[in-house]
Amino acid sequence: MREKALKIILIFIGAAFIVIMLIMPLLTVIAYALRQGWNTFFNAISDPYAIKALKLTLFTTIISLVVNTVFGIFAAWAITKFNFRAKQILITLIDIPFSISPIIAGLIFIVVFGRIGWAYPLLEALNIKVVFAVPGIVLATIFVTFPFVSRELIPLMNSSGSDEEEAAALMGAKGFYIFRKITLPHIKWSLLYGMILCTARALGEFGAVSVVSGHLRGKTNTLPLHVEILYSEFNLTAAFSVASLLVIIAVIILILRNLIEYRLKRGEND
Amino acid sequence: MQALQKFKGKNKANKSIIPGFGLSMGITLSMLSFIVLIPLASVLLSLKDISFSEFIEVIVDRQTVSAYKVSISCAFIASSINVVFGVLLAWILTRYKFPCKRIFDGLIELPFALPTAVAGISLTTLYSDKGWIGALFNKIGVKISYTKVGITIAMIFIGIPFVVRSIQPILEKLDSQYEEAAAILGADKHIIFLKVIFPEILPAMLTGFALAFARSIGEYGSVVFIAGNIPYKTQITPLIIMSKLEQFNYPAATSIALIMIIFSFIILFGINVLSSRVNKIASGD
Repeated sequence: MREKALKIILIFIGAAFIVIMLIMPLLTVIAYALRQGWNTFFNAISDPYAIKALKLTLFTTIISLVVNTVFGIFAAWAITKFNFRAKQILITLIDIPFSISPIIAGLIFIVVFGRIGWAYPLLEALNIKVVFAVPGIVLATIFVTFPFVSRELIPLMNSSGSDEEEAAALMGAKGFYIFRKITLPHIKWSLLYGMILCTARALGEFGAVSVVSGHLRGKTNTLPLHVEILYSEFNLTAAFSVASLLVIIAVIILILRNLIEYRLKRGEND
Repeated sequence: MQALQKFKGKNKANKSIIPGFGLSMGITLSMLSFIVLIPLASVLLSLKDISFSEFIEVIVDRQTVSAYKVSISCAFIASSINVVFGVLLAWILTRYKFPCKRIFDGLIELPFALPTAVAGISLTTLYSDKGWIGALFNKIGVKISYTKVGITIAMIFIGIPFVVRSIQPILEKLDSQYEEAAAILGADKHIIFLKVIFPEILPAMLTGFALAFARSIGEYGSVVFIAGNIPYKTQITPLIIMSKLEQFNYPAATSIALIMIIFSFIILFGINVLSSRVNKIASGD
């Protein structure tokens, strides 16, 4: 009897935490987005600046996703299929962006490409703008999402070993053929999982992008930065309307993530 | 490329027949260098414009030191609270069956999926005088938004998944035969928890704490709105760096950034040591 009471109390506390800390912030976004009716909501999300911000966010996300997926696959291949010294150091170096503040992630590109950066004269000569322009935003986003794919693949490829790949190589198969026919089917769900995490972070990155963007409306504004501008202009309804778009994307990502996690767990048990 | 050759030459033991070492290692090292290592090292390079005494002056400036204190104290309290709720949530999600369990389990990841700026404005509004929760506290005279309590709440929000997801796999893998043995020997429920389960999950709790702490210290988007940016009271360290950048005071911004980088490397090192212990437990050694 006491145990049952304890169970109910613990579940109640856990549920209260989840409702207050996680569900209520979500409901706040929706409630504020719709508090002046659907018309205001649609006006806010169809505003030309909002649409430009959405386009830039999607563009940045796609590039980061492609770059980090390519990197993640090559890095996982190098780390798990071969023996070399300093392997653990390499893994730790790849994980650095996780432990760095997003503000610093933006700052490091300013000290390279900004007015004070060592690469600035070169960029000036080539007439390329990186900081306070789209390339800076893309670079900062790639940096913050850098380890996402590789860190999902490395543990899995480590534990599955390389016997099958070795057998294929002995029989004369080429590298990419081995990867496509043997490795990829093993890792496809983990790869997708890492790509989804990468997408989520890239879509929502705020701090790093905020540092390098220069907040030029219609030019270097991503969706999260657009939300910030609307909010700081005390245009709460518009800010939350645009934010609700990001919430919808976040919820879709969350569902996909859980579906894939479920597949991964089932795969482990097979 | 020469460095790579040397790298390969050193490893005579590496006689893998799997192709692609040169290509994959080359791509890995060059992308890592261009995107992470060289930009990070440039922070040091850019400090050449500032003398050592100026550097010290910047990093021990009164306003900056108070920002370190706010960041560290709020992150510490938030991560401690997260450890308590993290253990509780991991426990109910692994040990009990109840309605909506899968939805709760999925929602734990929300702080990872929700853009930080959205979380920031939403928490600020929710806990302001007019928000659903803030209004309740306002009646008894407690302000949450624009105070350290608000900062702590935002840090709890972003830190919770780290703790739950560190502990959950350990609880799942924990062999129930020890608990059963202890119960058969007549041990009380709370003694079983303290003597059998707690030592097993302790390293995971510490890892979760360290991960949540590291994230909270560096976090910007979800904290900056609710912090309100009042000097000496609710200014966090990343915000100081941001405001130095906005004043184009790059030497000061990079000096403080260097301190934060060193700090996060220390935490990263601690996490690596801890999680190698956790992995040993999880893999059942």
